Amino acid sequence: MRMYDLPDARGHFGPYGGTFVAETLVHALEELRAAYLEARADAAFQAEFRDELAHYVGRPTPIYHCRRWSAQLGGAQIYLKREDLNHTGAHKINNTVGQALLARRMGKRRVIAETGAGMHGVATATVAARYGMTCVVYMGAEDVERQSANVYRMKLLGAEVVPVESGSRTLKDALNEAMRDWVTNVDDTFYILGTVAGPHPYPMMVRDFQSVIGEECKPQMRELAGRQPDAVIACVGGGSNAMGIFYPYIAEEGVRLIGVEAAGEGLATGRHAATLCAGRPGVLHGNRTYLLQDANGQILATHSISAGLDYPGVGPEHAWLKDSGRAEYVAVTDEEALAAFMALCRIEGIIPALESAHALAYAAKLAPTLARDRILLVNLSGRGDKDMQTVARRAGIAL
Amino acid sequence: MSRIAARFAELARGGRKALVAYLTAGDPAPALTVPLLGALAEAGADVLELGVPFSDPMADGPVIQRATQRALAHGVGLAQVLDMARAFRAADARTPLVLMSYANPIEAMGAERFVREAAAAGADGVIVVDCPPEECAEFAAQARAHGLDTIFLLAPTSTEARIRAVAQAASGYVYYVSLKGITGAEHLDVADVAAHLPRVRAATPLPICVGFGIRDAAAARRVAELADGVVIGSRIVQEIEAAGPYEAAARVKAFLAPVRRALDERPRQGAA
Repeated sequence: MRMYDLPDARGHFGPYGGTFVAETLVHALEELRAAYLEARADAAFQAEFRDELAHYVGRPTPIYHCRRWSAQLGGAQIYLKREDLNHTGAHKINNTVGQALLARRMGKRRVIAETGAGMHGVATATVAARYGMTCVVYMGAEDVERQSANVYRMKLLGAEVVPVESGSRTLKDALNEAMRDWVTNVDDTFYILGTVAGPHPYPMMVRDFQSVIGEECKPQMRELAGRQPDAVIACVGGGSNAMGIFYPYIAEEGVRLIGVEAAGEGLATGRHAATLCAGRPGVLHGNRTYLLQDANGQILATHSISAGLDYPGVGPEHAWLKDSGRAEYVAVTDEEALAAFMALCRIEGIIPALESAHALAYAAKLAPTLARDRILLVNLSGRGDKDMQTVARRAGIAL
Repeated sequence: MSRIAARFAELARGGRKALVAYLTAGDPAPALTVPLLGALAEAGADVLELGVPFSDPMADGPVIQRATQRALAHGVGLAQVLDMARAFRAADARTPLVLMSYANPIEAMGAERFVREAAAAGADGVIVVDCPPEECAEFAAQARAHGLDTIFLLAPTSTEARIRAVAQAASGYVYYVSLKGITGAEHLDVADVAAHLPRVRAATPLPICVGFGIRDAAAARRVAELADGVVIGSRIVQEIEAAGPYEAAARVKAFLAPVRRALDERPRQGAA
């Protein structure tokens, strides 16, 4: 593969990405891009970022070999990158630490964020407390009702949580509302976007902050298995944990990159969130990418058992990796994800996030088709404590 | 000369300012859009902006968001909006009509097909809210090849370099966004507009219309002193919302006519 150096200077990954925003935000994004490029090249900034990741977040996270589960599946060996062991319980904090340090460097004292399940909101509220910033989190009113524990966590951390009543009252509407806040308060506010979507430079910047995941994997796999995996598997909603683990492996031609989307109740039912598997290109939230949309270009409501995958768009770099053939994208249903969730609980003693359970479910399908000396590296992007209500309700149990 | 250029030339000759009026297509019902456009023109609007409903109107405040929801509930998409434009043009050959959309409905139809059909329907210009010139060089060229003016937004945050770049790509008029915020915001600062407009004026010979946050005749008149025209959107949509389907046309006329009078009463300073 030729050298991979995307995005270009204006944030394009082939035909995807870019800066599709109202004029008022163009200058703010140019400022952000300039500040980020300067910080990226600044050894002191990078050193502080690494230091925070080590002492505040708890990195490096380990890689764990699922010997029992692999043996039961009877094929390839499954290894987990344990992002669930990060402070706040998911990979999201890698990015919020990076962006909060950048906000501080730019002199912005107020941060805002969108959140779906609440994990990015919690990670943002956490760093806002850590760095002494004012924090407002936009969350779809429907998600506020579904995720009351995370709402309370954010409030404990000092954030204001604003329920968003517009549109479908979910993540995409929270993102719209965060953009509206930013356009109104652009002088003193830094928007900490939670995934590899949005206008340039967000897809690049969030990927860079998250790529610590994949960078750690390379020496860890060498040490643990004596070689790199045959495939790297990660769930994809917006796609930040997947970009974080894929990015350092893009140039490693022998490594398959597999993104797992949420097939919800099944692709044929229309009740899913499998943007790359079932969508087509369009423009939303500042970038060109694959979208779930109707014939008129209206964005469709999505469904997944995991709120974190419940998004009708996807990061533009994934769109490019799909079209270029470098990565493969598949989808697993709610049921399949739940089965993998249960398997990991019972066989390995790890409660995964329902998002991550999608990646596990695909690994469980793929492993038996491969020889026992093959290696699958799955990004276990978060822990499942937040999903107790959902899983229990599904089993008819009231907590 | 395009209908938009002709209208601004005519206004300049009379020493008058342009009144640009916006409504969301399909709100409160698809059958009412063409009559409402007619009512706006009758009440003295010089240019009509017809909003294409989009599920995720990131740059719009609650008023236009609700109008969008009402229109989407009627299933109004870009194809229906083009039908409305065609019907309006059949009834009114003179008043310039601008289609205002987010990028995705146009992408979904296909840019080439959109500009061809919009021009054939009798539209005169297009504003794509979330598509700055950097992202739409090809689209802008296609639009102009079909005789559609490409109207771009400038904002208080636009730098000198951006003002020049946007002025290069623009035709018809330049839409100056009066404030940092979304449509229907309530923090219009006329002094701030006055401070920014000379930079825009220096960069383009095109007429400059100012919009966002203009809520009444008095504000319209003060802003018009500084610019070539004013854009009123959310306030009109609010009238439509409050009136309901039967009274909407009468209500928008009753709202807009005094604005027109206020703009025309200003002391004549002669055409530039």
